[in-house]
Order: sequence, then C-alpha cells, then structure tokens
Amino acid sequence: MKPPPPIPPTADMNRRDFLQRSVRAGGAIALTGGLAAWLWDRRRPGQSHREPAVASVPDFSLRDGGRPLAIVMGRDRAAMLRRGLDALGGIGRFIRPGDRVLVKVNAAFATPALLGATSHPDLVAELVRQCLGAGAAGVAVTDNPINDPESCFMLTGIGPAVAAAGGRLHVPRASDFTSGSVAGGRLLRNWPILQAPLRGVTKLIGVAPVKHHARAGASMTLKNWYGLLGGRRNQFHQDINGIIEELAMLVRPTFVVLDGTSSMMANGPTGGSLADLKPTNTMILGTDGVAVDAFGATLLGRTAADLPYLARAAARGIGTVDFATLNPIRESA
Amino acid sequence: MKITTARRIAQIFFFALFVWLTVVATVGTGWSQWRGWPIAWFLQIDPLVALGTVLTTRSLHPPLGWALLTIVLTILFGRVFCGFICPFGALHQFVSWLGWRGRTARDRIAANGYRPAQAVKYYLLLVLLIAAAGNLPFALLQIGWLDPMALLHRSFNLAVLPAADLGLERLHPGGRLYQGALWVGALLAFLLLLNLILPRFFCRILCPLGALLGIIGRLAPWGIGKTAAKCTECSLCDVACEGACNPMGPIRTSECLMCMNCLDTCVPAEPLGYVPRPSAGGEITAFGVSRRGFVAALAGGLAAAPLARLGGSTKSAWPAGLVRPPGSVAEEEFLARCLKCTACIRVCPTNTLQAAGFAHGWESIWTPVLDNRIGTSGCQLNCVACGHACPTGAIRPLTLEEKFGIGDFAAQGPIRIGLAAVDRGRCLPWAMQRPCIVCEENCPVTPKAIHLSAVEEPVRDASLPLVAIDGAVVQVGGPPLPPGRLATGDYAARLPGEPLSRRIVANTSNTLTLDAEPESAGDGDLPTDGKVDILVRLQRPVVDPERCIGCGICEHECPMTGLRAIRVTADNETRSANRGVLLKASF
Repeated sequence: MKPPPPIPPTADMNRRDFLQRSVRAGGAIALTGGLAAWLWDRRRPGQSHREPAVASVPDFSLRDGGRPLAIVMGRDRAAMLRRGLDALGGIGRFIRPGDRVLVKVNAAFATPALLGATSHPDLVAELVRQCLGAGAAGVAVTDNPINDPESCFMLTGIGPAVAAAGGRLHVPRASDFTSGSVAGGRLLRNWPILQAPLRGVTKLIGVAPVKHHARAGASMTLKNWYGLLGGRRNQFHQDINGIIEELAMLVRPTFVVLDGTSSMMANGPTGGSLADLKPTNTMILGTDGVAVDAFGATLLGRTAADLPYLARAAARGIGTVDFATLNPIRESA
Repeated sequence: MKITTARRIAQIFFFALFVWLTVVATVGTGWSQWRGWPIAWFLQIDPLVALGTVLTTRSLHPPLGWALLTIVLTILFGRVFCGFICPFGALHQFVSWLGWRGRTARDRIAANGYRPAQAVKYYLLLVLLIAAAGNLPFALLQIGWLDPMALLHRSFNLAVLPAADLGLERLHPGGRLYQGALWVGALLAFLLLLNLILPRFFCRILCPLGALLGIIGRLAPWGIGKTAAKCTECSLCDVACEGACNPMGPIRTSECLMCMNCLDTCVPAEPLGYVPRPSAGGEITAFGVSRRGFVAALAGGLAAAPLARLGGSTKSAWPAGLVRPPGSVAEEEFLARCLKCTACIRVCPTNTLQAAGFAHGWESIWTPVLDNRIGTSGCQLNCVACGHACPTGAIRPLTLEEKFGIGDFAAQGPIRIGLAAVDRGRCLPWAMQRPCIVCEENCPVTPKAIHLSAVEEPVRDASLPLVAIDGAVVQVGGPPLPPGRLATGDYAARLPGEPLSRRIVANTSNTLTLDAEPESAGDGDLPTDGKVDILVRLQRPVVDPERCIGCGICEHECPMTGLRAIRVTADNETRSANRGVLLKASF
C-alpha cells in the first residue's frame, strides 16, 4: 500500500481549503451523530427482545367423523400397520395426493432397534411407503433425540430405513428451533420448538413404542411429542403431567401409531436389555392420542388412572380416556 | 516439468489430503465420514511420533510402523518430507510467500541466510526425547506441543474446522464447542505470523521433527550441492532458499528442506545440482549445537520428568475431574502414549470429549477429558469411536463386548470410566422438594445404575385447617391456595385420622379434589376438625456404584445447568488399580 503524498507546506490559509476542511469535519460529526441516534437503545439493557407468544404448531387433526381407533394383534409390524390403516378406512383417508407428511418418531436413544427404546425402523419404513403410495409429495421423518442425534438415527436404524423407503430424514440443527407457545398453556411459553421441519407440512403422524417410564408412569404417543421441544426441556420433569397435557394441546396430529409389538416393562425409557421387553403383540392406531395411550397403558399392566396426564388432556377436550366408548376395531394380522 | 512445480503439486496434494482426513474424521458411513479413511495417517508417518512413543513405552505400536517409510525416504534423499510432504511446512511456505512477496532481493537474501538460532530446534528435540526416555513412571511424552503433525491436527480439530463450521453446521448439525479453542487457534496464528519475521520460522528454528529428519538426513547419499567450486556468486539461490541452508557457500546439509528452489534459480555454466557427492562448495554437517547448549538441554530433559511427577498428578493428587474416555490405559502409560493430537476429540460423536486445560495438570494439557456439560449427551453407551481413532494406543480400540463386559469379557465386567454421585444439596428432589429424576430416566445401563427412593414429605406451610368433606372434595381453610398448583399429580393430602394419603387431582383456592373418596366417607364418622396435611410425593435418585459406568449421561441431562446435581469423577474407574471405591466381596 502506498502512503498518501505529504502535504506541502503552505504560507497562507486559503479560504477554499478552509471551507473544504470545515465541510469534511462537519460531515464527519453529523455522520457520527446520526449513527449514534440510529443505534440509540431505547430499551433498558436486558429487556426482552423476544417475539410475542404465538401458537406454533398447526392443527393437523382430522375431524371427518371416521373411525377413531383400531387395535391390531400380530407380530409383523408392517402387516399390522397395513391392517390397522385398512380398519380405519385406508391410508387414503389420511393422506391425499400432494400431501407433505411429517412423521415424528421416537429416536431418543442411540440404541439398536431390537432393544425397543425407539420407534422400530420396519414400522417407520412401512409408514413412509404407505404415505408415498397414497400420493404424498414427500415424507420427512424427524425427532430431537436425547442422545447425539446423528448417532441415534444411525444406530436405531431409522435413518437408513427412511432413506431406503424414499423418505427424507431431518436431523435437527440449532436454527431449526424457534420460540413458540401453546394457547392457554402455563409451561410452554416462548419455548424453543422444533418448527423448521413443520414448514409446509400438511399431515403429521406420531409413531411411538410402549415404554415404562418411572416419572411419567408410561411413555407412549403423547409423551413422544416431547421430542419437538428444544432448550433445557428437562426442567419439565418437575411437572411431567402438566407438560404432557400441554404437548397434547400443542400438537394435534393427523393420526398416531402406538407400537406395542413388544413393550418395555421395566428400566424404561432407555431399556438396554431384552429382559426389559415383553412381547405384547399389539399395535394401536388412532386419531385420538389420549384413547390410544389409555389402551397402551393396559399393555404395561397399568390403568389410565395411573397416568394423570391422560385425564388432564381429556379434560381439555383433546380426547377420551375411556377408549371402549370409541368402539375400537379389533383385528389381527 | 520443473522439479519445483512437482514439489508444489505434492505440497498441495498432501495439504488437501490432510484437510480431507481431518474433515472425514467423524463417525458415520457416508463417503465424507470416517468409514475406512486412514484418518491418522499423517501422525503414523511421523518418525518423531514413533520415536517418542518407542522411548516412553519401549515398544513400537504397530500402526506407527508407517514412520519407517519416512525414515527410509529421509536416509535416501534428505528432508524431502519437509519440502514435499509436510502439510504444516506447506502452510508455512504459503504464508511466507504471501508475507515476503514484493520484498527486495536484498531483504530476502538477508532473511534466508543461516542463523545460529536454527540450532534451537535441536535443543528442543533433545529436551523432548530425553524427557521421554526414562522408565515408565518417569517417561514424559510432551512432543505434542511442537510436533508439526500433532500441532496441525490439534489446530484443525479444535479451532480451524469448528470455526469454519460455525453457523453452517455442515460438519456437525448443532455445531460444536471446544474449550480452549482460542489458545489453540492463537498458537497456530502466532506460529504462522512468525513467518513475517523470517520465512519458515517454525521449520527453521522450532520444528523438532525437522531437527530429527535433519539428523537422519545426514546419511543421504544424494543432496543439493555445487557442481564446481567456483560460481558467479550471484546469490539468486539465496533469494528463494526455504531452509536457510546457504547453498552458495559451504551448504548446511541438515538445514536443507529439499525445496529445490535453488536448482530453479541457478544460472551459471556449472550450476547447483542434486548430486550424489558432497557439494563442490563445501558442506557443513554440524548442527550448530554448542557444547554448553547441549549440556543444558540434556539437563533440562533429565529434570523434566521427575519434576513433573513431583506434582503428584499421577499419584495421590490425581485430578478427580480427569475422566478419560473408555479404553484409556492407566494414567501413567496414557501420558506416555498420548500425543495431544486430539483425533479422539474430533471423532467423538457427542462432542463431550474435550481437550484438557491446565486445570487437570500441566502434563495433561490437550489430552482428552470428558466434559459432560458440553455436547449432545455424555459418553454414549454404544460408541467406541475414540479408541479406534487413537494412533498410539493411549485409548485402546474396544469392542462393544469388552466395553459392556459381556461374552468373552463377562468375567472382568464392564469398563467404568468413573462414578456418578448425587449432590444431595443441589438435587431438586433431595434438596428442594421438586420432582425430577431426569438422571434416572436417562441412565443407559440395565438394570439402571440409578434407582429411586420414594418418599412423601410435608410441603412448606403444609397443614391446613379442615373445613368440610363432600365426597372426594375437601374444603380447607387458611390462606388461599394458587388454583391448580397442587394438581400436578405429585401432591397428596392426608386427612386427620387417616393413615394414608390420597393424590390431589385438582384444587381451587380453598378446595382439594382427591382421586377417590376417603375410605371413612361412608362411615358417617368423618372428622370435622383437625388439619389436612399437604404432602409432595418424591422419587429421589440413588446411585448404585456396582452398576455405574461413569458415562455421564445423567450429568449431561441434569437440569441444574450450572454445577450439576449429579456429577462424574474418575473414582472407581477400571483402568486404575488404585482408584476403586467399593469393597470387593464375593457372595
């Protein structure tokens, strides 16, 4: 870089030079002042810049008066899913050509599928195929797991299974979480929610296994929505029934699939041993997550009364605890 | 093609290869992930790594056998590693080129003359190797401070790659955090800026690997040299000389980096050449090391290990927070093997593995340590990546069988890297009457290493005067209750005269709805006065030290975000014979 040429000594002050210099100096002062005025912070330091609370997850529920609940017995998850969908009126009832589908799986832990701590890849893959077969324009699969996300999707087999079935895996990034709230909620106020994968989605499906959970009593389809939360979501364990109630208020899926082909009877929700599992040979599909979970509780030898969040969600008008009143179809595959 | 063009192509190739091998060092099956890439290859071909670990462990770790290739190459052709292969050398050459572009030939000739300071690297090498040569408790492997491969790997792993990925998350969704990245990055920047003072400052003056190759390279039958005693002494060779080895006069053979620039610039009738005989202009084979300097370096090296061990960091004063990754060998041998290359830290899928700072002891700087507050989870149960990334065996490559202590390893049990302990003064259910047990939920061991102790305790201002009972609804007096506060499913009420409590399912400011009518309701002998006790039902976490493997997932998940209420220390780790906690008894 060349230095500017030295200014030659001058004998006299030149009016033109002086005016030029004054204008330059005045301009610099005005620019600095203007910049300061533009940046002036009229809020007090630390005052919140967060956007106001907004409901953040659209309502995907289907209010078509169709069958709300199907219970399928069997061992082959893909076959049970197909039979259950047929019993509810066929996949075409839920997925229309051109739909963009998001499947929220439970991929919480980086453990292999056979340990039953996560949604089974066979089931997820078949669901993806069914949606695509019904004409869905795209099927994305996501979760915000507890263990390392990439390891979870890889080790559970969900990632490879989704890719093989023609779906798209959405591994959450930091920027995918945006602040959201649930209308009428006490706990979910301006909380980071995994909203990016929901953009443009027209149908939402939840897929969860049946698992023992010491704090919540059981982890099934309603608890599964926990995986849409970001931030220090562990705090919600201090009011586990309250948070599951609010998750049920926040997320109104098209339908849910509760996989009780084998149920984790103890040591949940992580499991880790085949000894923690029991073959219960049941899959529950429904548009009412409360009823689905109320039936699921029976697979663990519990009742709906053991899970206070079910009654609380029902009191919000989200579903019904007394699943028998829904006349569930019982099938076997 | 000119030889210097070939050299540039080689340098660009090896630098790109280096960057590629650091980028792919991440767990996964994609083509840009680890798969079978030889991610530690540059460390394996580094003879200083091989020699340093041979001195500390008295054996050659087989993957380091690659170093023989470099040694043979150097014996035959001199420091071609420095000129053609070394990615750090290429980086220094590039920065020097940028920094000295446009400077006068006179300046560059002055900068490229031999300086006595070039002997410093031999002193550094001597100190590092002598310190490594003691018997095991006194063998100190600290070559990683300056070894160019370890240093460059560390700089890329902890500073360059994560900084480049900031906000992009192309390498890792969610991004990465590395404690002390500033200092690693600052050291790299400092070493690169030194090139503005002298071209290839690090290579000429500091590099201990360069010193080692300079010593080995003295055996080379070929070398740069003048083909006739007289030349025009135009000094054009000095304008471009990378090694400051004085090709025009008596050449300093151990300083020659084999950059071949002099061959390019030399124009006389009897030019400089790559010749199988000593230079016609004479050769200086000494390293410029003085007797006093040699003795001082020897003394420094001899004193280093005993002085470091006096701190007691491998004895009774071992740092409790220094939780090593699973598969790590016992601490003294670990320190005798760890290069501070941070390959394990880069490959760790959860980012929980961090480079230690000075807090864990001076020797342990940049060695791997678990920090469960950082990353996506603690040390994942089904992961053994770090041991397979380690080039020197400081972390053994485990199978899952060995890690879990099953199959052939059933007799020795699982590998424990530490022990979690509940801080009952900070734990929500232990200290603050709040339900939680996130740690129990996430414990990946089966049966869980954290079990629960269920209690029912009166809450603050727990006793309310009973006003009336109507079915399952109990009316109480006293200050108004916040509606819904007791309806979380975790609170219960005990009526006067009743031995058992009942869960509260709803409450208004002065009523409690119980989950069923009190048993005595039908008897007509309901109490009409007395106190209703409000109780909170808590499950409190208790660690079973026989089951805990120290993975730290509980610590990572604990909602006490600052100082966690359950924390892992290296107590009870299986790699140390003397850090056990439990009385060993067989029943």
